[in-house]
Amino acid sequence: MPTREYRGHLVSVNDEGFMTDSGQWTREVAEAIAEEVGLTPLGERHWQVIDFCRQDAAREGQPPGLRRISKLSGVAMKELYELFPKGPGKLAARLAGLPKPKGCI
Amino acid sequence: MKNLVILGAGTGGTTVARRLRRRLPAEWTVSVVDPEPLHLYQPGLLFLPFGARDEAKLQRPREKTLRGVRWIRQAVTRVDPDSKQVVLAGGERLGYDLLVVASGARTVPEETAGMLGPEWGRSVHEFYTLEGALALRGALAGFERGRLVVDVVEMPIKCPVAPLEFLFLADAFFRRRGLREQVDLVLATPLDGAFTRPTCNRVLGHLLESKGIRVETEFATQEVDADARRLRSYDDRELAYDLLVAVPVHSGAAFVEASGLGNELAFVPTDPATLAVKGHDDIFAIGDATDLPSSKAGSVAHFQAEVLQENLLRAVRGRSLAPGFDGHANCFIETGFGKAILIDFNYETEPLPGRFPLPVLGPMRLLEESRLNHLGKLAFRWIYWNALLPGRPLPVTTRMSMLGKKRPAIGHDATEKGREHAHP
Repeated sequence: MPTREYRGHLVSVNDEGFMTDSGQWTREVAEAIAEEVGLTPLGERHWQVIDFCRQDAAREGQPPGLRRISKLSGVAMKELYELFPKGPGKLAARLAGLPKPKGCI
Repeated sequence: MKNLVILGAGTGGTTVARRLRRRLPAEWTVSVVDPEPLHLYQPGLLFLPFGARDEAKLQRPREKTLRGVRWIRQAVTRVDPDSKQVVLAGGERLGYDLLVVASGARTVPEETAGMLGPEWGRSVHEFYTLEGALALRGALAGFERGRLVVDVVEMPIKCPVAPLEFLFLADAFFRRRGLREQVDLVLATPLDGAFTRPTCNRVLGHLLESKGIRVETEFATQEVDADARRLRSYDDRELAYDLLVAVPVHSGAAFVEASGLGNELAFVPTDPATLAVKGHDDIFAIGDATDLPSSKAGSVAHFQAEVLQENLLRAVRGRSLAPGFDGHANCFIETGFGKAILIDFNYETEPLPGRFPLPVLGPMRLLEESRLNHLGKLAFRWIYWNALLPGRPLPVTTRMSMLGKKRPAIGHDATEKGREHAHP
């Protein structure tokens, strides 16, 4: 399992860059990951989504899917795509230190 | 007297009702609640748009499919888990000792802006209902040039390979009529590939490419501009069409939401191995109604039914539940020109090549096109009505078997990574 250093914090990640231990997450780590993916600076609305994802994952035991985020975080789908371009579900989970949301088959 | 109440008489509800009626102790009554008088064989809908005329054979009266079971022909308003009662649309209350939610998934085109409107059934279609498939049959018969877009709006959907099958059959349909050069076929999907599992994705991706079908990936539909005949995505991509075949958002039953038993799409949070509804020891769920990451497909409901039968009997006797369900799915994928691919997989193992159900002998080939697989798909209708629904044994094991399957030589991506494949 590769390890990366984000602002002095060593974190374990998988080969797609998702953290494998959400206990290693800090807000500084999130900011560094945001920098890495070209998503800076993180604004208040980004944090609203990231905080929701972390709280929801702690409750439910799995990262929320995109529809769940748009329904419950207070940030609507259109804005999610503006805040986290391309794949907001995947990107928000990555910034929140959570696994990639599982696909439904 | 004790009551087992089953909400929904589709594939899962019907087979569980008929299995349990024969096996429960004498003081138990099995009741099924479903307002619809006819049982629809859903896999048959796929062929109707391309000229199949066997719609009469796709439906059977529920008096027959529910033979021997008490059938309450009413809609459900909500479930009240505290008083262990089901509130029916007529206002009556039905008490239960054990409850099974088998109310399936439905399409909700109204969830997508612009999808419903004057063009619905004209240039905007779907094939998940009998009326929809028949309207599309009329539209395809008159479609001679232009771009046909199949748009998967959001996952999960019933039978995740159906949109691909639709495009393979459309390719064959237009080739046979000498129109393929004039028809552009496009799949728009929110996924990052044609299918949700890597190995299968490669096989199906190649097949799409070889048939000249373009895939627009990570396309999250925001709205349908039906007047301009354009789809618009949340990231502001536009996709023009002449004929739109939508795979609308899917949702669980309205009563699931009204009862507080559902997630954000009204699918019921369910234990992936025991099929007990999370937080309730007297409620179970089966089939498309669950939130499980297994396919929403008839074969899955069948495998779940074997596990659910065991666990309902255990619950009746006050014994602990068996974690028997492994996510097993077994699907025939129509690829056009009388051929099909067979895939067999579960939560952990993605579709692998090989033979099925026996090594070398087969007779079916896995993850490969063959005529026999197509015949298998056609034969399945008989099996569905005569063995699957009544709960008679099928020659397929409940848990997925590795017999006859070839593991890839290098790497682990056939097992673990399959589950990580995600949509946006």
